[in-house]
Amino acid sequence: MTEPLLAVRDLSIRFGDTEVVDRLSLTIRRGETLGLVGESGCGKSVSSLSLLGLLHGARVTGSIRLDGQELTNLSPQGWRRVRGGKIAMVFQDPMTALNPLLTVGRHLEEVLETHKGLRGREAQKFAADWLEKVGIPDPVRRLEAYPHELSGGMRQRVLIAMALAGEPDLLVADEPTTALDVTIQAQILDLLANLRRELSMSMLFVTHDLGVVERVADRLAVLYAGRLVEEGPVGEVLVRPRHPYTEGLLASVPGFRARTGRLRSIPGQVPSPSEWPSGCRFHPRCDRAGDICRTTRPDLPPDGRPACHFPLEAGS
Amino acid sequence: MSGTATTSRFALALRGSLLARLSLGTLAFLYLAAILAGWIAPYGYDDESRAHSWAPPSQLRWIQGRPCVHPVSFSFDESARRVYVEDTSRAIPVRLFVNGRLFGLDSLEAISPQDGSSARLYLLGADARGRDLLSRLLYGGRISLSIGVVGVSISTFIALVVGGLAGFFGGWVDRSLMRVCEIFMLIPSFYLLMLLRATLPLDWDSRVVYLSIVLILSLIGWAGLARVIRGLVQSLRSADYIVAARALGVHPLVVLRRHALPQTFGFLAIQATLSIPGYIIAESGLSLLGLGIQDPQTSWGNLLQESMSIAEIHLHPWSLIPGLALFLAVLSYNLAGDALRDALDPRGGR
Repeated sequence: MTEPLLAVRDLSIRFGDTEVVDRLSLTIRRGETLGLVGESGCGKSVSSLSLLGLLHGARVTGSIRLDGQELTNLSPQGWRRVRGGKIAMVFQDPMTALNPLLTVGRHLEEVLETHKGLRGREAQKFAADWLEKVGIPDPVRRLEAYPHELSGGMRQRVLIAMALAGEPDLLVADEPTTALDVTIQAQILDLLANLRRELSMSMLFVTHDLGVVERVADRLAVLYAGRLVEEGPVGEVLVRPRHPYTEGLLASVPGFRARTGRLRSIPGQVPSPSEWPSGCRFHPRCDRAGDICRTTRPDLPPDGRPACHFPLEAGS
Repeated sequence: MSGTATTSRFALALRGSLLARLSLGTLAFLYLAAILAGWIAPYGYDDESRAHSWAPPSQLRWIQGRPCVHPVSFSFDESARRVYVEDTSRAIPVRLFVNGRLFGLDSLEAISPQDGSSARLYLLGADARGRDLLSRLLYGGRISLSIGVVGVSISTFIALVVGGLAGFFGGWVDRSLMRVCEIFMLIPSFYLLMLLRATLPLDWDSRVVYLSIVLILSLIGWAGLARVIRGLVQSLRSADYIVAARALGVHPLVVLRRHALPQTFGFLAIQATLSIPGYIIAESGLSLLGLGIQDPQTSWGNLLQESMSIAEIHLHPWSLIPGLALFLAVLSYNLAGDALRDALDPRGGR
């Protein structure tokens, strides 16, 4: 199949006068996992929420096409069919993403009711099936459990089951392991990867953790200050980064590239959206920056080169 | 918070506070008495006896091992007021389970063989028409005690709908609903109450009057509550599980009803308990002014009509007893509300 499952073109998101995401373009093919990486505040979460039309008070322009269908001009009813049915989301913090007053079973039945039209006994049966698929032991008994009776890892499994119960084509995972213990993180990542394969879904995996992204993603997109700076196959980008930002990011992770010597850090910090610099937004922190970087925005060419006036040589 | 945890915290708060236990006990007693009024009360609420106008509380005598009352007869004093004298030649026993009621005088035993007049049992005295105050108090409790519960239920429902929609959807929905709220909050409530009541006919059937009072009271009471619920829902709107439910395609109204509003119920329970006294007092105020429940129907407010002047209170002080019942009910609700708040919201601290 040639057409990608998800094609985002020139997506810009503004809150009032501040542009949080600037002309973002992404594609996700069927069965592919795209890792979206960046520091806090670079627009990762906002971009992923915009895929579900869940941004309040934001102006979203550009095009989001899912399976050939344009999403940006959908009616509220149309969005409800997409949410959970075609694109589902797993949230960051499993401690707060479940309603403390409802049982696990009720949460799952709600999704099955909305997207599969299942009710009562039948919905319960499917809910238990999904709990089993995400590796929760004794699923029938767990249906009666309240969120506070479960551990963080268990709750994240429940949230994954909820996201999958509508059998979506695309799963958006927004830092799904950040709030978990390291040992649990690995289990959840494997679970997500396995389920993605089994159900032949695509996945957008949003994270700031390069170690995690290496484990699950096929391709990688690096976001800085609301703009995409580099995109490519995971192995290539992580081994031979060509944008100075990606390079700096990798150099600052212990045991990633800097196996010897001191860890490097990128000088300065991510500017806030209201004071983003002109030209290349990374230039104040970049040691390769020249005059052109201050004035002209570098484009992201489609051939795998980074959005940079002075990219690092391949293989350098 | 889960249901069981709340219940056990409430039980704990009860054990800790004597006042909380006393107030809940008093409320239980008052409601039970009102519900069973038809059985506990020795007479019907409109059972009058002109020969006993303003008869004082009957003296209970212990004769032959059982409580008895003497029949009373009256003569007039120099200012033409009735003076009641006991006729000690006859004693009529107070019996249990008599005339289909819990206690009272046997209607045959009460009749005098000489003149055919009937003795009456007035534990709390009689009113101008010789009706038993205790019986009227018990029947009146049905109105006075239920009006708060029914009124609060209606106004809480309105507040949940209005506040929930305004807080959840924001924008123009929020702005227009909140302006309506402010209009209702702007008018001093008791005057609005009297105004609304005055526009309705006074000679309606008592059930219709009751219903219209409840509706008017809740129409005034919902606005403040709606604003608070709006605030609570607004802060819940960005809660992760609300966003998560929306991200799964659940209809916004279902999200509001199933995920957002139930989070406010703890607060609502406290608020309802604390606002019931306001309804009880408002009804009493209306009835006291003659705009509420009309004679011969009875409520604690219109029973108090008879003690509106100091001269009346001086001559028959027992007519103040409905005020005591009102005081007890209102105080108990306030104390119970405080206990509930301590139980549900441990952060409040004491």
